[in-house]
Amino acid sequence: MATNYETSEYDVLVIGAGGAGLRAAIEASAAGVKVGLICKSLLGKAHTVMAEGGMAAAMGNVDDRDNWRVHFADTMRGGQYVNNWRMAELHAKEAPERVHELEAWGAVFDRTKDGKILQRNFGGHRYPRLAHVGDRTGLELIRTLQDHGIHQGIAIHMEHTIVTLLKDGDRVVGAFGYDREPGRFKIFKAGAVVLATGGIGRAYKITSNSWEYTGDGQSLAYHAGAELMDMEFVQFHPTGMIWPPSVMGLLVTEAVRGEGGVLRNKDGKRFMFDDIPDNYKTQTSSDPEEGWRYTQGDKNAKRPPELLTRDHVARCINREVKAGRGSPHGGVFLDIAWIKEKIPNAAEHIKKKLPSMYHQFKQLADLDITQEPMEIGPTTHYIMGGIRVNGDSQMSNVPGLFAAGEAAAGLHGANRLGGNSLSDLIVFGKRAGEYAAKFAKDHGAGQISDAQVEEAARKALEPFDRGAKSGGSAEGPYQVQHDLQEMMQSLVGIVRREDEMVRALDGIGKLSERAGQVAVFGHREYNPGWHTAIDLKNLLTVSEAITRSAIERKESRGGHFREDFPNKAAADGKVNVVVKQNPDGTMNGRRETIPDMPVELKQVIEEMK
Amino acid sequence: MSRLTSAATEKRFEMKTVTFRIWRTDENGGGKFVDYTTEMDEGMVVLDVVHKIQATQAPDLACRWNCKAGKCGSCSAEINGMPKLMCMTRMNTLPTDKPVTIEPMRAFPSIRDLATDVSWNFRVKTQIKKFKPRAPDAPDGTWRMQQEDVDRVQEFRKCIECFLCQDVCHVLRDHHKHDEFIGPRFLVYTAALEMHPLDTENRLPELKQAQGVGFCNITKCCTKVCPESIHITDNAIIPLKERVVDEYYDPFGWLWKALRPKA
Repeated sequence: MATNYETSEYDVLVIGAGGAGLRAAIEASAAGVKVGLICKSLLGKAHTVMAEGGMAAAMGNVDDRDNWRVHFADTMRGGQYVNNWRMAELHAKEAPERVHELEAWGAVFDRTKDGKILQRNFGGHRYPRLAHVGDRTGLELIRTLQDHGIHQGIAIHMEHTIVTLLKDGDRVVGAFGYDREPGRFKIFKAGAVVLATGGIGRAYKITSNSWEYTGDGQSLAYHAGAELMDMEFVQFHPTGMIWPPSVMGLLVTEAVRGEGGVLRNKDGKRFMFDDIPDNYKTQTSSDPEEGWRYTQGDKNAKRPPELLTRDHVARCINREVKAGRGSPHGGVFLDIAWIKEKIPNAAEHIKKKLPSMYHQFKQLADLDITQEPMEIGPTTHYIMGGIRVNGDSQMSNVPGLFAAGEAAAGLHGANRLGGNSLSDLIVFGKRAGEYAAKFAKDHGAGQISDAQVEEAARKALEPFDRGAKSGGSAEGPYQVQHDLQEMMQSLVGIVRREDEMVRALDGIGKLSERAGQVAVFGHREYNPGWHTAIDLKNLLTVSEAITRSAIERKESRGGHFREDFPNKAAADGKVNVVVKQNPDGTMNGRRETIPDMPVELKQVIEEMK
Repeated sequence: MSRLTSAATEKRFEMKTVTFRIWRTDENGGGKFVDYTTEMDEGMVVLDVVHKIQATQAPDLACRWNCKAGKCGSCSAEINGMPKLMCMTRMNTLPTDKPVTIEPMRAFPSIRDLATDVSWNFRVKTQIKKFKPRAPDAPDGTWRMQQEDVDRVQEFRKCIECFLCQDVCHVLRDHHKHDEFIGPRFLVYTAALEMHPLDTENRLPELKQAQGVGFCNITKCCTKVCPESIHITDNAIIPLKERVVDEYYDPFGWLWKALRPKA
């Protein structure tokens, strides 16, 4: 009987406690409803802490030419115009207020000389726009929200994982999951559910993401009937560590380039000048001297090509490596040490501006970035796609189910600009919390059938049954996860081809069969083997969604690059790829025309060209 | 282009084996050390070796980790007896001719293997009065603060809540004063609030009484283990102690308070 499980009742249940989840929980509780918050890890450890460079908000503190219109146009240009324009508009308009709100809650940003919040340059942003704290802005964001949120009466469930959403008819009315420590199942009833579970990085071998990012939210939503959109758009961040092997994928912040760092191949050539896309030509400097002046705040200088969008920089690095001009370990060089030619006390300056990077390389690679160049290469960092939501309310096509942050699709289109993620979390986290609270007030609680709960519990425990029966001979979950990561990396990575992706789909089918047979051993208390076995379903679901969507988009755009269709196709620029589960359980991918943009927004884009 | 040759590439590496002596709990709440021998790859940190053992020899070995970059503070443990982050401890800093011991943080109750119950820390934080800013005073409805006025607070806000300072603090670890003393982490947290240029709250009465700032006798063990190199004792705890002394124990202060004209 389902009634045997511990049950918590909330108006709004927020799943995920990074920036978006915390912001949603704070907003919902401020609206006067009862809120539960699920953290997969301990509170304050979510991937938001890893965000380094800053959060984009057109406050105009450093360059008063900046305003929401420029930020909107930059976001759309970066996203190659397949963004949800409504979200891009709301984001650009509301981000400054959300940042000021963080300051009112105790955040301590770096300051300008006149005492305002300092803003820094970042790829794809026309003006210095990123509010930041050195290179640990994400920590500042999550800690501020955490320390504010713990006084808001939110019930926080740490180290809990949700395995399925619970429905009453069409509507989502709760979730079912387990508490890691005792391994016990729990039911969470809720009038509305917000998914803020972050990304899918663990579907790939080389990633900046931690173990948690197994596509839980996207997969939970999909299996509850929600549509996923833009899943082909995966961001490979151009600068991840590549040496030593144990740190492969670890992020090297774009702020290194924002502070004057340059990319060179093994011949010492700054190869980024070789290929500047047409739509960025007017904004990009053609000589290194001008690029340097830009990074030092010269308002009349154009930005260096190292600060082009992430998709483009990642592909240029890939090109250099493939052409045999890479570094010894298969990447290229990122050099900030060179600025000693330009400024006195460069070493101290670098340590002050990039303290985490200095320590990261010093401790993990025995390398002093103030003296030597870093070796870097692309790393799976972020998924632009995710749960398809309404731009204003963040509700999915499933009533009562909301999504925010990386788990949601729309804002970033085909490529996300650095710094637009942290601002995404606070702008749309707030909106999701606000509208989820309203939905819960309007609709009340639903009914949860025992059958759905029992079915979910039975499925979750199957790996133990197999473990007990096999007597130790059956395959465990780690190898299946590893094989999936290897396959996605090589077949659905930075450069894609139809035949390889078709092979990947076949491979996903075979891996799904293996995943259905994995066995785990031992007891349920804090058993990482069991957790990995459960996460496999999510990884396989998002991997299939990425692959099917990538096959469907027969062009190259943003984070999605097709070797067999290397150019943009005008027709594809008018559509999003949407996937949804068919009644028979198979995955359906279709193209949907993007709604026409209002005239005012079109004008903004024209003006900013 | 010799300056483009990374130092790490020039170092030769030979495959080595290492034995990890890991604390494994049993179902009765006890535990014992179990030895696992495995091969090491170049550049590995302790957490890599633990993961390798987990993937190949002990699939149910419990340990916390997230970012693997020293930014989230999840993988705290005692490595050869020293409180450290497993993700930031490189194998080449440890002697491998004898077993490397890996234990959970001993100042907290055990959950399983390397995972400990750190929930006390989260409860303590809720008892500290939250940030209370003065009214915005700039024309645009925000605040102005100078960088030099926030430098000090920014140092404290680097804290990643790994709780290694709590683990090593003898007031908590040996004397179990969890009900009377909030520990270095939360003294740093309080200092960040008290020294925030915008904050208007007064936390001194609690610091003196319920939070027990006086228990700290400045052995600086917390500072020594802090992976963020926060000067916990010198910059946070001692100034807080001074504020408490000024408020409650300064005889001239008493005299002034007693004699000053009442408002």
